[in-house]
Amino acid sequence: MTNPYVPLLFLLALGAGFAVLSVGTSLVVGPKRYNRAKLEAYECGIQPSPHAAGGGRVPIKYYLTAMLFIIFDIESVFLYPFAVAFNQLGLFALVEMVLFVLTVFVAYAYVWRRGGLEWD
Amino acid sequence: MPAVTVSFASALPAAFQATQVDYKAIAPMLVVFGGALLGVLVEAFAPRRLRYLVQVGVAVVALVVAFVVLVTVSVHDQGITLARAVVIDGPALFLQGTLLAITLLSVLTMAERFGGEGPDAFTPMGASVPGSPQEAAALRAGLATSEVFPLTLFSLGGMMLFPAAGDLLTMFIALEVLSLPLYLLCGLARRRRLLSQEAALKYFLLGAFSSAFFLFGAALLYGYSGSVYLSDIAKAVTTASGDLDGLLLPGVVLVLVGLLFKVAAVPFHSWTPDVYQGAPTPVTGFMAAATKIAAFGAILRLVYVGLEANRWDWRGGVIVVAALTMVVGSVLSVTQTDIKRLLAYSSIAHAGFVLVAVLAFDRLGVAGVLFYLVAYSFTTIAAFAIVSMVRQGGSEASHLSQWAGLGRNHPVVAFVFAFLLLAFAGIPLTSGFTAKFAAFAPALAHGGTYGVWLVVIGVLCSVITAFVYFRLIVLMYFTKPVEGVVAEQVSPLTTVAITVGTLATLVLGVVPAQVLELAKSSSLFLR
Repeated sequence: MTNPYVPLLFLLALGAGFAVLSVGTSLVVGPKRYNRAKLEAYECGIQPSPHAAGGGRVPIKYYLTAMLFIIFDIESVFLYPFAVAFNQLGLFALVEMVLFVLTVFVAYAYVWRRGGLEWD
Repeated sequence: MPAVTVSFASALPAAFQATQVDYKAIAPMLVVFGGALLGVLVEAFAPRRLRYLVQVGVAVVALVVAFVVLVTVSVHDQGITLARAVVIDGPALFLQGTLLAITLLSVLTMAERFGGEGPDAFTPMGASVPGSPQEAAALRAGLATSEVFPLTLFSLGGMMLFPAAGDLLTMFIALEVLSLPLYLLCGLARRRRLLSQEAALKYFLLGAFSSAFFLFGAALLYGYSGSVYLSDIAKAVTTASGDLDGLLLPGVVLVLVGLLFKVAAVPFHSWTPDVYQGAPTPVTGFMAAATKIAAFGAILRLVYVGLEANRWDWRGGVIVVAALTMVVGSVLSVTQTDIKRLLAYSSIAHAGFVLVAVLAFDRLGVAGVLFYLVAYSFTTIAAFAIVSMVRQGGSEASHLSQWAGLGRNHPVVAFVFAFLLLAFAGIPLTSGFTAKFAAFAPALAHGGTYGVWLVVIGVLCSVITAFVYFRLIVLMYFTKPVEGVVAEQVSPLTTVAITVGTLATLVLGVVPAQVLELAKSSSLFLR
């Protein structure tokens, strides 16, 4: 009887091998023609700014959006198991869940009223 | 190594069982969190002119209601509730009541306006760059950071849960709930903004590290005992087969590191002077008093409920920490030139004195810790309130040289501050003396040889700190006054906070019997 963790170890080695192989291959074989767009931050994120405009401040819009996303993300994390087991949980859990959603909604109302949802 | 087999069929419960919630026992916490949520809604919907008044009102009413509910309802309804996650017993209720009273005084000092539009200690606009045109514009527009009140309530909610946590995960959640608002509050000082923001960042980074230590330790303890509940860990310590003993001690040490960071015990104290100096003074007072109460409550529960059985394994390390904390805190307070840093080092020394009582492993030791926390926190709140009112040119005169001759121009303020310093030093007829007695006596009686040594170190360190305080008193009374340093006229809010804090210091020093009795009768942990 082999240790039940041995297949996991194989999977780990396979995954690491694939990652190294594919990145390595493109590094060795692939063409390298850099231009301005290629050197910028990938797809999203803040443009690196060399000068400290406005006292070295960076726009925090992205972080704000990300934080809001996490709030709702966590909310749905709790909603899923609740929904799956709804039949067994009964009224008590429904009331608790409504209270939980209301609590999150308070945070949402604060962000909305204080301009956190406006992009500019 | 045994083969790990996981059977999913048996891992799932047949049916869910509704958790029994004892609402009466946790009502004070619910009131505090409810008040905080209400505060957030006020911040969102109330017109700007009214926010300050409404926020102070909501915070004060929530605190008073929570305290009344605690002493009238929750006291008669103690027990283990919420699937054993929350334990409302004597020590928890005693500390929660103390926290509510202390936070009420803190909120009063935070609300002090000195004739301005909003809370004086806090920046009108937290997000603005220090000294920038935006900040000046926000100041002119009369903006005010009234969010500090709901933030304080959220932090208090976490603090109330901290000593009542029945398992390590709840304890961790409470730790985070109490810490996150504090990180924010630290960065909101109106004057010396850069220092304040530096303090907030330092506190956040080091706090995040200590949380990680705590969490890793909790994981190791879970691995050892198969449970995060403190009472189950205690059971596992006495009954475990011994296969996983290697996990126990590292787990205990890491969890203790996380908690000792919060009480600022040496060598986990390095954040304290910087953060206490940079944070707005009312917040410093709140942190020094309330965070210490909550964190020592958590240490007490962890140590007395969870880890008492194997205390011979880990006690040595904590004894060294307690001795170092007293020595480093008191010796370094001698060299300080800033009043807030001086009080920070003195708070480190006081944490060491409390640790001596924690290490007694006796009911009287618990009572000593409880009493010490009450006495120390009232004195601290009043002291920091006075620090916030002694000013030169509009900002706080925090350098010690600026306090010279205060006794000539402001005899009452200087007298009250001198009295509070005597209490810190532990002079008879102040609460500091009775508290030190209550903390050291059980260590002498039950602590064995180490207890005696710790008490000797504690008394020597008290003498060192007494030198620091007497030097400050001499400075206030027997030197020439500095031009322009004044004790500002304060509103009734701060006056009430200082008066209550000072009276408590006096009463607990002269007639401490009732509070000592209460501490003794509420020193038994439910397991």
